[in-house]
Amino acid sequence: MNKHNPPMTASIQSSTFSQSINAEIRRAAATGIYDIRGGGAKRKVPHFDDLLFLGASMSRYPLEGYRERCDTNVTLGTRFAENPIELDIPITIAGMSFGALSGQAKEALGRGATLAGTSTTTGDGGMTPEERGHSNKLVYQYLPSRYGMNPDDLRRADAIEIVVGQGAKPGGGGMLLGQKISDRVAEMRNLPKGIDQRSACRHPDWTGPDDLEIKILELREITGWKVPIYIKVGGARPYFDTTLAVKAGADVVVLDGMQGGTAATQDVFIEHVGQPTLACIRPAVQALQDQGMHREVQLIVSGGIRTGADVAKAIALGADAVAIGTAALIALGDNDPRWEDEYQALGTTAGAYDDWHEGRDPAGITTQDPVLAARLDPVEGGRRLNNYLKVMTLEAQTLARACGKSHIHNLEPEDLCALTVEAAAMAQVPLSGTNWIPGQVGY
Amino acid sequence: MQVVDLEAEGLRGLNKTLQAQQMATNQTAWEVVNARGAHAIAVGLDAPIEVTVRGSTGYYCAGMNKQAKITVDGSAGPGVAENMMSGLVVIEGDASQYAGATGHGGTLVIKGNASSRCGISMKGIDIVVHGNVGHMSAFMAQSGNLVVCGDAGDALGDSIYEARLFVRGSVKSLGADCIEKEMRPEHLSLLADLLERGGVDAKPEEFRRYGSARQLYNFNIDNAY
Ligand SMILES: Cc1cc2nc3c(=O)[nH]c(=O)nc-3n(C[C@H](O)[C@H](O)[C@H](O)COP(=O)(O)O)c2cc1C
Repeated sequence: MNKHNPPMTASIQSSTFSQSINAEIRRAAATGIYDIRGGGAKRKVPHFDDLLFLGASMSRYPLEGYRERCDTNVTLGTRFAENPIELDIPITIAGMSFGALSGQAKEALGRGATLAGTSTTTGDGGMTPEERGHSNKLVYQYLPSRYGMNPDDLRRADAIEIVVGQGAKPGGGGMLLGQKISDRVAEMRNLPKGIDQRSACRHPDWTGPDDLEIKILELREITGWKVPIYIKVGGARPYFDTTLAVKAGADVVVLDGMQGGTAATQDVFIEHVGQPTLACIRPAVQALQDQGMHREVQLIVSGGIRTGADVAKAIALGADAVAIGTAALIALGDNDPRWEDEYQALGTTAGAYDDWHEGRDPAGITTQDPVLAARLDPVEGGRRLNNYLKVMTLEAQTLARACGKSHIHNLEPEDLCALTVEAAAMAQVPLSGTNWIPGQVGY
Repeated sequence: MQVVDLEAEGLRGLNKTLQAQQMATNQTAWEVVNARGAHAIAVGLDAPIEVTVRGSTGYYCAGMNKQAKITVDGSAGPGVAENMMSGLVVIEGDASQYAGATGHGGTLVIKGNASSRCGISMKGIDIVVHGNVGHMSAFMAQSGNLVVCGDAGDALGDSIYEARLFVRGSVKSLGADCIEKEMRPEHLSLLADLLERGGVDAKPEEFRRYGSARQLYNFNIDNAY
């Protein structure tokens, strides 16, 4: 050993004060304003990847891939609606506003969903004729802001979704910054152009589940009891929220976990409020079962659904269908490495771009800039979304057949095991290699 | 005059009949009896008919109204004329919370007092209240006009956008970003018209005007609470 050049201690980065935390402290110190961004929680939380299907074995026999039937159709809104929604696949497109997204992106979502035999959903900002025209099944959101709300669009909708909360921000309202308020967006929202629009976090004309029951009565009376009424809640208290939604008269409960995307919210809200999607499903299903309403009131789960495996696992845990937001945008071309040079120019990189509120999306999806928006061809986008939905459905069918199920809804928690103690506790399935379900009586 | 007995026809029967009236209907005058505080009476109408409801109503009477003239010969529960698009709704008595919430158009006249959050999130409706309004009225009011002939409660016009507020009496307090504004000639003539439409015997000069300071329009950390 050379005594003039002794071994040095390694430079150790703090896990507590990580590079990204420190960068955020510096950013906050420089600007005095909190970080607003789009997307969902980026931190790692227990998720569907922590579950595995057991497959068939001596006691279960599988179905032949491609040959034997494995149905995927789902009917939503069988409880009170005269015209429930019939979908070919159990994957729907979640509500994303015109305003947050370009007109072309909304059209592409409608086209893709229609080709795949599923529904798409409006968002905070009202219904556009393009979207209605290109969506065979369109769910119309009823939000606290009531931007663009009117009885004609209400009657044009195939279902109504009352938004109480979103997984990305349970308890938070929306915002659309001035950069994205084009003439058309401003007019649809009855507000001046170019101002930051705040969407209220609470509904203006009802305050609790008892009021909501009356609100639902009013909406049913306006639409002649024809279309299903969904209630969308963020993953906060899934057992009680689902119970109260059913009591208020919902036909369908939409449950959005913390990984769920948003167009723009404070980063602190996205990362620190709400429960992981995986943890929300079983309590919600339990609430339905306790009221004798499982499969009677349908459950749509969203928040971080990416693959056919996620779809199959959510359904095995008791969901009737899932909804996708972020994944649908990626299928259209969001965060595609082909725009890497432009992401770099915006100070980010493909895969990490989340300044959707700034309206400068190189992929032309989360923008109102006509030049950028023109980059997305709605017909091609629709084709890509349809392909992606088809692949997810085939994957989910593959897994269901492996478990011997002739309908995807026959998947059940008994088909699953968990890779981690946390996932076992949240999904209430045994830890792999054991019969241990943490949190169950006796353990 | 067609008379519908709500108790006999049921809510669905009543609304179905009223919603079925077309533009060119001959049956323009309707009377609803036995209202008894029922919810969602005469919602989603879309024809120039006249409906008089005898007695008081529950939640959301005249919700999302288009074209119709609806009179409540009593008091109205929460959310009367919510999200109205056009037409005229007259309440002979008092109105509960959220009267005219999110209304996009038409005129709402309340001959008595209105409770809290009158005109919340209004988007183009005109509201004329003969009496007082409660706290948080015109919260996040986007456009349209709110006329209060009596007094206004706390936090009037909190986070208001472009709606115009006219108050004859006192204002207990103004909400965030709401300020008193100059009453110019165009406002006096607008108000004269609103008072006439609302059947109010008062002079525009007796009112003060309130509206947005427009300080919250673009996010600024100094505005955060
Ligand atoms: C760009 C964007 C805009 C959104 N806009 C709305 C909206 O207007 N209303 C709403 O209820 N949810 C909105 N959401 C949330 C989605 O409806 C859905 O809950 C979420 O995207 C599901 O999670 P996922 O993105 O992981 O699939 C939005 C999400 C995104 C990504």
